[in-house]
Amino acid sequence: MKTTNYLEIEGRSAGYFGLLALLGVLVLIGLGAAYYMEHNGHWVTGMDNEIVWGMPHVFAVFLIVAASGALNVASIGTVFGKPMYKPLGRLSALLAMALLIGGLVILVLDLGRPDRLIVAMTQYNFKSIFAWNIFLYTGFLAVTAIYIWMMMERKMHRYYTRAGYVAFIWRLILTTGTGSIFGFLVARDAYDSALLPPMFIIMSFAFGLAIFLLVSMAAYRWTRRPLGDAVLFRLKNLLGVFIAAVLYFVLVYHLTNLYITGRHGIEKFILAGPTVYTPLFWIGQILMGGLLPLVILYSGLGKSRAWIGIASLLVILGGFCQLYVIIIGGQAYPLQMFPGMEVISSSFADAQPYHPYTPSIYEFLLGIGGAALSMLIVTIGIRVLRFLPTSLADADVVPQQGAGEAA
Amino acid sequence: MTENDKSTPSPGRRKFLGTTAAAVAVAGFSVVSGVRLVSLAEAKPADQPVSNKKRWGMLVDTSKCSSGCDACVTACNTENGLYTTDHPKTDAQWIRKIDLRNKATGWTVSLPMLCQHCANPPCVDVCPTGASFKRPDGIVLVDKHICIGCRYCMMACPYKARSFIHEALDQQVEYAPRGKGTVESCTFCVQRVDEVGKRRDPACVEACNAEGHKAMYFGDLKDANSEISQQLKKYQSKEIRADLNLDTGVRYRGI
Repeated sequence: MKTTNYLEIEGRSAGYFGLLALLGVLVLIGLGAAYYMEHNGHWVTGMDNEIVWGMPHVFAVFLIVAASGALNVASIGTVFGKPMYKPLGRLSALLAMALLIGGLVILVLDLGRPDRLIVAMTQYNFKSIFAWNIFLYTGFLAVTAIYIWMMMERKMHRYYTRAGYVAFIWRLILTTGTGSIFGFLVARDAYDSALLPPMFIIMSFAFGLAIFLLVSMAAYRWTRRPLGDAVLFRLKNLLGVFIAAVLYFVLVYHLTNLYITGRHGIEKFILAGPTVYTPLFWIGQILMGGLLPLVILYSGLGKSRAWIGIASLLVILGGFCQLYVIIIGGQAYPLQMFPGMEVISSSFADAQPYHPYTPSIYEFLLGIGGAALSMLIVTIGIRVLRFLPTSLADADVVPQQGAGEAA
Repeated sequence: MTENDKSTPSPGRRKFLGTTAAAVAVAGFSVVSGVRLVSLAEAKPADQPVSNKKRWGMLVDTSKCSSGCDACVTACNTENGLYTTDHPKTDAQWIRKIDLRNKATGWTVSLPMLCQHCANPPCVDVCPTGASFKRPDGIVLVDKHICIGCRYCMMACPYKARSFIHEALDQQVEYAPRGKGTVESCTFCVQRVDEVGKRRDPACVEACNAEGHKAMYFGDLKDANSEISQQLKKYQSKEIRADLNLDTGVRYRGI
């Protein structure tokens, strides 16, 4: 294997500036939407006292979960010692930071009082998973930044492996924290499960890798740098494994609930209910986000870059559906306060069979703005610092016979 | 002191006067303290912190609660300055009336639902800044100054007892401040409970009594002689979602 050369991208083409402008405009629109929602109050959104977390949270949790997963590529190189992944480490870490920042910005801008961010940073209730997450998220940014520094600075290279271990362990704890936000909610039938944190970890593997594949394919295509099949096929096979693992966790989660009689209500609501969550689950999450990409990646189609890209996109869209079903579907199913009883009337929406929710355009634009911010950070990052190897052609990354091993 | 006119009192008389004055002072102090103690039993003085010697609680006798009546809701809204905005879908409610029917038997019941003032409140557990807090006397409140409006407490509450303020408000009452972008819920009318002198029942309880239903009892759960304690001791009562073991301050009879 040759030495890997990293170089900033040229970034002088009309296409590059066009991309910057597009992302910049989307970020500005997102900020405008956030301002509109904060100025008027949350009544202009689709959220209310029943659906308290809406579309912004789907975007934010998706990006935060994907962030920790995007770092996985670097971890495979550093922690698991697979030489083929090492050249990808810098981009992987940059993408991880960018996705996390995008997600956090959405979360903060959706707060009822975003101006009180300083309160959230200075007043802590350590029994709250949210409070831990504030440390886990900011710590992740610091740890990953140091990791990138160790990768980039030759003098610090001897600490590189240790930094990689810390980042890997940190990201596992971080996604455990994100899953626990829901897993520790005892009040709601859709949550209250220790399965959620590990399920979120495996979801992060899949979402993060899918985004990494799309970003690296786009970056290498647009900069006309060589990207060999060896790296790509290794990554797409790994994506297939992660998709299957997500399906496994989803299966176990629902089987557990189906066995518990008290949880039949929520299962019927999600799996065979009258609302949008049922098609989102079966068609969006399972078919589009799971089975289809599996077929694409492991059939002859998986040899085609276009189809690998499509499969990655499907994983992202399916993951989005999955989080929509978990976050909003979980709230749409009413709290079960009186087992065996039905609510005939209530002045506060308890009598509805489910709580309706229609996301407003502003929530959607805020979410898109956060995602655009993530991509903007990556686009600028690879322009100003040496994140991308000049070549990921097979001859440059595949270990020679006896020198390395297969991942 | 009639004929023997002297300018200074005799030592004996001086002693008598001194003793009398002391006795009067002691007696007076005792009486004042006694009165003070009686008032302390009702409400804490304004300059003293809330103590855990009391735990405020509520008992709802659903057999006395009438299906069509929402006097408690109206009274709460008036007392705490809650009003219908132009966007009723997101209006706040601190107390609501729910009518229930047993799916197997058809038996129906009506009850008021409000913050259950849990001893182990999930909303307090999950609040990142500590804005959701429980007073030592069991009243669960939101500190409006440090609530960041994340709504995690609303996700965690098993009773849907909390509301988020979705728009700017006016017409606020001074003792129940409310602010756009923060979360709020029933305070047990803490302004009445803390009233110096004689505490008053929460507005909902007062209204229920005024309607003649007398379905709600409010008082100190730690005082064995309080009416609520006597009632709870005498008759069976239930916590809603007792399976969560939250030790709620609000209990229901007849469900």
